[in-house]
Amino acid sequence: MALLQISEPGFSTAPHQHRLAVGIDLGTTNSLVATVRNSISVVLSDEHGRSMLPSVVRYATDGSVTVGEPAQALQSDDPVNTIVSVKRFMGRGLADVGDTSRLPYRFVEATEPGGMVQLRTVAGIKSPVEISAEILKVLRVRAESSLGGELIGAVITVPAYFDDAQRQATKDAAKLAGLNVLRLLNEPTAAAIAYGLDNAAEGVYAVYDLGGGTFDISILRLSRGVFEVLAANGDSALGGDDFDQRIHCWLLEKNQLSALNPKDTRLLLTLARTAKEQLTEHDQTRITAVLSTGELIDNVLTAAEFQALSQNLIQRTLQPLRRALRDAKLSVADVKGVVMVGGATRMPQVQLAVGEFFGQTPLTNLDPDKVVALGAAMQANLLAGNRTGDDWLLLDVIPLSLGLETMGGLAEKIIPRNSTIPTARAQEFTTYKDGQTAMSLHVVQGERELVSDCRSLARFELRGIPAMVAGAARIRVTFQVDADGLLNVAAREMGCGVEASIVVKPSYGLSDAEITRMLQESTQHAQDDMVARALREQETEANQLLEAVQHALQIDGELLDPAQCALIESHMAVLRDALISGGQQEIKRAVLALNEATVSFAQARMDKSVSRALAGMNISDLETK
Amino acid sequence: MRREFSGLTASFDHAKNHFQLFGIEQTFHVDTAQLEDLFRALQAQVHPDRSAHLTDAEQRIAMQRSTLVNEAYQTLKSPIRRARYLLLLQGVDTQEETNTAMPFDFLMAQMEWREAVSDAARARDVEALEQLEATMKVNTRELETQLAVKIDDEHDYEFAAGLVRKLRFMEKLAEEINSAYDELDS
Repeated sequence: MALLQISEPGFSTAPHQHRLAVGIDLGTTNSLVATVRNSISVVLSDEHGRSMLPSVVRYATDGSVTVGEPAQALQSDDPVNTIVSVKRFMGRGLADVGDTSRLPYRFVEATEPGGMVQLRTVAGIKSPVEISAEILKVLRVRAESSLGGELIGAVITVPAYFDDAQRQATKDAAKLAGLNVLRLLNEPTAAAIAYGLDNAAEGVYAVYDLGGGTFDISILRLSRGVFEVLAANGDSALGGDDFDQRIHCWLLEKNQLSALNPKDTRLLLTLARTAKEQLTEHDQTRITAVLSTGELIDNVLTAAEFQALSQNLIQRTLQPLRRALRDAKLSVADVKGVVMVGGATRMPQVQLAVGEFFGQTPLTNLDPDKVVALGAAMQANLLAGNRTGDDWLLLDVIPLSLGLETMGGLAEKIIPRNSTIPTARAQEFTTYKDGQTAMSLHVVQGERELVSDCRSLARFELRGIPAMVAGAARIRVTFQVDADGLLNVAAREMGCGVEASIVVKPSYGLSDAEITRMLQESTQHAQDDMVARALREQETEANQLLEAVQHALQIDGELLDPAQCALIESHMAVLRDALISGGQQEIKRAVLALNEATVSFAQARMDKSVSRALAGMNISDLETK
Repeated sequence: MRREFSGLTASFDHAKNHFQLFGIEQTFHVDTAQLEDLFRALQAQVHPDRSAHLTDAEQRIAMQRSTLVNEAYQTLKSPIRRARYLLLLQGVDTQEETNTAMPFDFLMAQMEWREAVSDAARARDVEALEQLEATMKVNTRELETQLAVKIDDEHDYEFAAGLVRKLRFMEKLAEEINSAYDELDS
């Protein structure tokens, strides 16, 4: 299908012509497509009446591709060519995938450094973007045959905690599937739209979204048709799967089992999931199985036991919740309603804990599996231009701070988390060496102070900076985050207006675990960060001083007698040693000492410059000293 | 591949300052409820979601306009940013990075507060933190009240710049209290 050029300026479509648009929830476990028909948002089913499409893609030897339940059925027979949970690899490098031996796939390093991980299948090497596109294609075909026409566009949902690389990968997958992306929409925000519009809700609402593999919390203010996200937070490595794991571990312990083969592991995990679901309705459940060793499993798990097993998982969701409230500058009492999203919120202990936290019963009167797709469909209908009059406005935020690497490996925050998008921020940087004509910039995402603790998003080079004295060039870097939450970077030298040509090379995508780790550590290590930052700053200062003194010695060394020269050099040696082995205080002392030792040398150099200028030397020569 | 970007070039009311963009008086005193309403009304017109079905060029312009409205709103909403911006419009630099000449008692109070915050964090004393936060808020509000008088009534911009420098200290203190809360969470 050709991408539609939708409307030329001045050319408006006929007022009553309905434009076909859909909302797609591209989930880790299941995916859905929904649309607005006769003013009502509905999920579209396949020919068997199934609305949820398992996010599983299988490649066969003959090159054919199966998606959904038929692929899922062959998961254990052909694990290498049957890709499940591909969402986890979106925008990620091989290093992010972690222990590849625990996954049944054949991973391939990206063709260019900084690229996304790929998978080798019988049908060739496939990227996560291509695999996701297969899922999206099935949903597009389902929508087009159900609606009887080509789609004008789609709104695709992403976890609120998805970073730039993951968002871009999702958008690329949609394009590959022949979809015109009207907008990338955050999953909790989509749910808020569906809930808010159906209930004419006004006031502050929290959306608690616990999915199969991710947790998002969003705080929104709903007022007269405006959905304003005040803060988003989350834990992108926490979901329903972790609750299954807890039951699985409990089974191992109860039966004194150690390492199981993959087949038995899969069996017990499946039973764990069933048990979890059973306990939503019942006080206890019986788990029975025969392992491949012939060993018999027969245990009864009570709801109370399960609650105890999963207690700390639930506690882990409350921490992002408190942070989101604080970022929104609100307290629990300000929250009028709590919307529950994601299959995992069906667990009674989750509802109980959330209810206790907010001091009110959470709202569970919507289908937690479908509400995201339904909200996305409503937004798609709006963006396609089908509505008039009662349009609503959605104001969303960027979930993680964006910054640039500065000297000493520090991250300089440019756009703080929870800024309303679209947003732009400009920052000026300067050269630190005489005659420097190029500068490399490194864009990072995260809350920590050190670059190494943040997520690397992209690196690019500015070339053609006019040669000037250190500190004279002014390079203005502009970050623009669009309404999809995607970043654009521009840089310009302000003195002569050179627009640096920028090639942004995406770094490895950020892993879920990494975002979680970064966020958690950003608070745990606030103290360490300050110490580390002080050390880095001290090191930078020391290196600059050493370079400056070395440079001066080369040019004006003859101004010193051998003893003075030796003294300065010995202080330089002390400082170099301190840099290698010393702490911040030691470096600081050595810097002070070297400064002290070079006072008379600096004086002599200044005198020499002055006399040189008086002797009619070129003034510009003087300025570079 | 992607992301060739040439910078912000929209001509959308760029000649107007933030106050003019919102059509409100250029004073430190603002009606925050009115400001919020105006923000929403402006975004309702310029937000990229309004032009998602139009051409790329129109979408780009919408993004730039919406960005500007967000920027203006953030500036006008925050008392310290609003004061800084007002003084900038008057040609007065607040010198927050360079001017460190602060009254002795103010600096002493700051040091004491910061120590109290780190003590409270170490002792995991939420109540003490909440008390400090309340005190900090009262002091911040006092400074803002003074700013309104100095800027709107007396037009004493140099004095106001000094108040902005003090507010910056309070802002940093608030950040420290916030990260102390975060530490208590983890």
